[in-house]
Amino acid sequence: MKFLTSKRKTVTEATQSFTFTRRAMVLGGVQGAVGAMLIGRMAWISVAENEKYNALSESNRVNLTLIPPRRGWILDRNGRALANNRTDFRVDLIPQRMVDAEGTIKHLAQLLSLESDEVDRIREELDKSAGFRPVQVADTLTYDQFAAVSVRLPDLPGVAPSQGFSRYYPAGATVGHLLGYVGAATAEEYKERKNPLLITPGFKVGKDGLEKAFDRHLTGKPGAKRVEVTARGKIVRELTTRPDTPGRTIKLTIDAGLQEFAGRRLATQSGSVVVIDCKNGDVLAMASMPSFDPNSFSDGISHLEWDMLSKDDHVPLRNKTLQGLYPPGSTVKPMVALALLEAGVGPEETISCGGAIRVGNTLFHCHRRRGHGALNMRGAIAQSCDIYFYQMAQRIGMDRIAAMARRVGMGQRFDLPFPSQSYGTVPDPAWKERKYNQKWQVYDTVNATIGQGYMLINPLQMAVMAARLATGRQLTPNFLFGAARPAAPLAGTTEEHLTVIRNAMSAVVNGGGTGGAARMNVPGVLIAGKTGTAQVRRITMAERAGGVRGNSSLAFKLRDHALFQGFAPFDNPRYAVGCIIEHGGHMIRNEDAPMIASDTLSYLFDPTKAMEKLVTLEKGWGGTPAERQERQMAAFRLARAIEKGEAPPPVADNVANAANAVAQNATASAPDDSDDAPPPPGSDGADVP
Amino acid sequence: MSIIPHPLTQFPWRVLLLLLAIAGFGTLVLYSAAGGSIFPWAINQGVRFCIFSGMAMALSRIPVDIFARFTFAAYGALLAALVLVELIGGVAGGSQRWINLGFMQLQPSEFMKPVIVLTVARFYAMLPVGEIRRWNAIWPALVLIGLPWSLVLVQPDLGTATMIAAGGVTVMFLAGLPLRLFVGSGLAVAAAIPIAFSFLHDYQQKRVLIFLDPESDPLGAGYHISQSKIAIGSGGIWGKGFLQGTQSHLDYLPEGHTDFVFATMAEEWGLVGGVLMIGGFLLLFRWGLRVAMRTQDKFARMAAAGLTTTIFFYVAINLMMVMGLAPVVGIPLPFMSYGGSSMLTVMMCIGIIMAIDRSSRRQQRPGNWA
Repeated sequence: MKFLTSKRKTVTEATQSFTFTRRAMVLGGVQGAVGAMLIGRMAWISVAENEKYNALSESNRVNLTLIPPRRGWILDRNGRALANNRTDFRVDLIPQRMVDAEGTIKHLAQLLSLESDEVDRIREELDKSAGFRPVQVADTLTYDQFAAVSVRLPDLPGVAPSQGFSRYYPAGATVGHLLGYVGAATAEEYKERKNPLLITPGFKVGKDGLEKAFDRHLTGKPGAKRVEVTARGKIVRELTTRPDTPGRTIKLTIDAGLQEFAGRRLATQSGSVVVIDCKNGDVLAMASMPSFDPNSFSDGISHLEWDMLSKDDHVPLRNKTLQGLYPPGSTVKPMVALALLEAGVGPEETISCGGAIRVGNTLFHCHRRRGHGALNMRGAIAQSCDIYFYQMAQRIGMDRIAAMARRVGMGQRFDLPFPSQSYGTVPDPAWKERKYNQKWQVYDTVNATIGQGYMLINPLQMAVMAARLATGRQLTPNFLFGAARPAAPLAGTTEEHLTVIRNAMSAVVNGGGTGGAARMNVPGVLIAGKTGTAQVRRITMAERAGGVRGNSSLAFKLRDHALFQGFAPFDNPRYAVGCIIEHGGHMIRNEDAPMIASDTLSYLFDPTKAMEKLVTLEKGWGGTPAERQERQMAAFRLARAIEKGEAPPPVADNVANAANAVAQNATASAPDDSDDAPPPPGSDGADVP
Repeated sequence: MSIIPHPLTQFPWRVLLLLLAIAGFGTLVLYSAAGGSIFPWAINQGVRFCIFSGMAMALSRIPVDIFARFTFAAYGALLAALVLVELIGGVAGGSQRWINLGFMQLQPSEFMKPVIVLTVARFYAMLPVGEIRRWNAIWPALVLIGLPWSLVLVQPDLGTATMIAAGGVTVMFLAGLPLRLFVGSGLAVAAAIPIAFSFLHDYQQKRVLIFLDPESDPLGAGYHISQSKIAIGSGGIWGKGFLQGTQSHLDYLPEGHTDFVFATMAEEWGLVGGVLMIGGFLLLFRWGLRVAMRTQDKFARMAAAGLTTTIFFYVAINLMMVMGLAPVVGIPLPFMSYGGSSMLTVMMCIGIIMAIDRSSRRQQRPGNWA
């Protein structure tokens, strides 16, 4: 090669040996330099950057676990707990420590007598588990069960019994819709708030009702536990622990005893009762039944229970007090009468009721086919005569009635600590023009006068209406005990007019009127009120000719709503009540709106006697709501099992009945909730007391 | 001459003590890496060290001529084995590296590291002095290196291939080839790197890229380097203390007992431990090069320096990898990393260097003054 040959040197053994020594020394120098470079690099990492890497190493090693704070209590007006925290004995499984998963689950199922659907859930969660995250086996265990598992721990590797806190609602289902419930935060909630506490196992947020509205107030500050963990997340040891700060309590205007009484007094019906203090608008009770048990919601409800609740035609999952809208029916008549008085109609002016009048092309009937004869205002309210109001209302016009309806709180949206409320409609000509682009007709006035047609109200608004009629003040409902609020302004009515209305409403109950069932059995206290019936179906001319069908012959969803609003004592009102029984149909006297409302009020005057009566009545209804729901659950579970062929068909008759009833329920109520909406407004609604 | 009997002074005490210190320290680190237990690593490693030390001592009794005579035969056999691996070898981690012999797994590429040094040294020893500046002095060596290099590269095992090439080229350098050849080809290699990069396997490319920016993938392939740097960095000057390392004991440091054993050591012993260890290795290299420099025989001196450099490459590549200066290529740290084959190779190198030392002393004694 040219470049090699061009300037060839003479290479001898000696020069080659010399070259080798020189190059070997170069090699040694290079090795020494690399060694020095490595030491320098190491010194840079471990001395100059020591702080940074120390922090990284610590954040690897130490895992900060939040301890969920105990939630603040919810108290009633007398300091009784409506929601508190219960020491909770629970058992979890740590999947990665388990040896014989199947055997352990079987052993636990037998120790804790777990239902088969629970066992299925545990297996399912175990399959999906990441290994070190615990899987809940059961909580709210008794101390005995907890101890039974604890003593067997040596034989049950991977089983972790522990003690924590869980939300407890002593009154169970009766406070379900009032307080709501708590549950683990959803992914959306975490995205919104970005608080690591939300994804801490065992931490729960308010999901509905007051628990949701006051969630931040009730949430305390979390404690923290520093633990040393391996790269795989296994906990090696605890380092330090800082305790949690419990959330603040809130005190409600609710009277716990009354709330529970009201819930139980609603019996087997689907309905709602609201009691308001006439002094300041404090809500003393707000019950919507049937209801879910917030305790079982807060613990994580089973598929089965959810299924049962969502298929029940008594809609236990809806808060009827705030989200249910109903035609107020005849309960608006005292309000209409007050509008008449202000428009100059004299209380003694009479109208003759002949059973029906013609308005336009339509014949409007009174609820009493034979008619009431000549009636003044007091008589018309007491007997709930429709003809009197049809005629008088036409005289003063809808605008004045609508104005009065708004003054007593109908259609008004109150500022309440609840996530949602429906607040009804007060129709008038302008509203109809806006909404339907149609002219207001005379028959619209006629319908509205008796609380049908477009008019809608929720139970809370009905109680507010009763309280405003009783006091003549613009009371607004309030849930926070001792909330600083300005005194309710006067409604602008005269005492003279109010006295007429109050006396007439007393006559409804105590003067041979339609509300005799609401008479109160407390000496010296007379209740005043007004009954109502809201029709949910159209009565055709053909049916009317052949005789209107009785409610008992109709399907549940087609029966009339039963309503009652009132206050007591009638001459010096202290408490007001509103009660709506969905599809009650006035079928059972002691489960009808007037008697429920009256008994609920009587609890405030004589709790012992009221309770005695309730206990007697409950025997006829099959026990307390909790007992009834438990039985319903058992029947539902059995029906499910039969459906799946897991259980033999029942032999005993009563079991068969129960199962059939449930099966019917399941099919009958399957479609949807929309048929709870009021019937299409029109001329057909008239014929109700 | 002295009261101490001659065979005892002959015995290479100093280097043996040095090896014992390094390997003993390594065993201690493995004891800690197992969570304070001699099982499963420390005991095995200790026993292995004893056996392989014995083997090295045995090798040191063999005359250098024998090594020289069998060099080409060994080279040929290993080359055949490499081809065999390519045909029937077992697959581990995406590459084909070993042949299962039934009683053990043979990884021929591992033995190629010292053998390539011996082979190239033998070639230059046989080359007549005058030929060293001719083309004839270059191409046979390039072929000798290129064959095993390409066979190992296609396994693919970038780390071992690099070490084979580096070992061979080192001997070429020592043989006295013109310097400008090395400078020129160094520049050429630098220019070729981007092209070579595109020929790498996906996982190799990824490793190189992640080496350049470990934080780009802290949970994936960059995890090794990140965690290793955290271990070394958090050790500080004095370390966290024996058995107190959290990175290794809590499993954050992957391969903490094999390729990343230095990080395990540095976490507990700190910069001090690292300096002592690197210092120990430098003493070992100094011994090897001094043996080479006082040896007259051309084959022996090139072999001694080349084998020393082979050990140096192990140490340098491993430490650079652990400290985030080189991509993760899977080169273990001699005497420290748990594993048999690398220790066997290194001990073979040591044994051969000892043999060279021994025979050069023998030659020198009678006519040392000549």
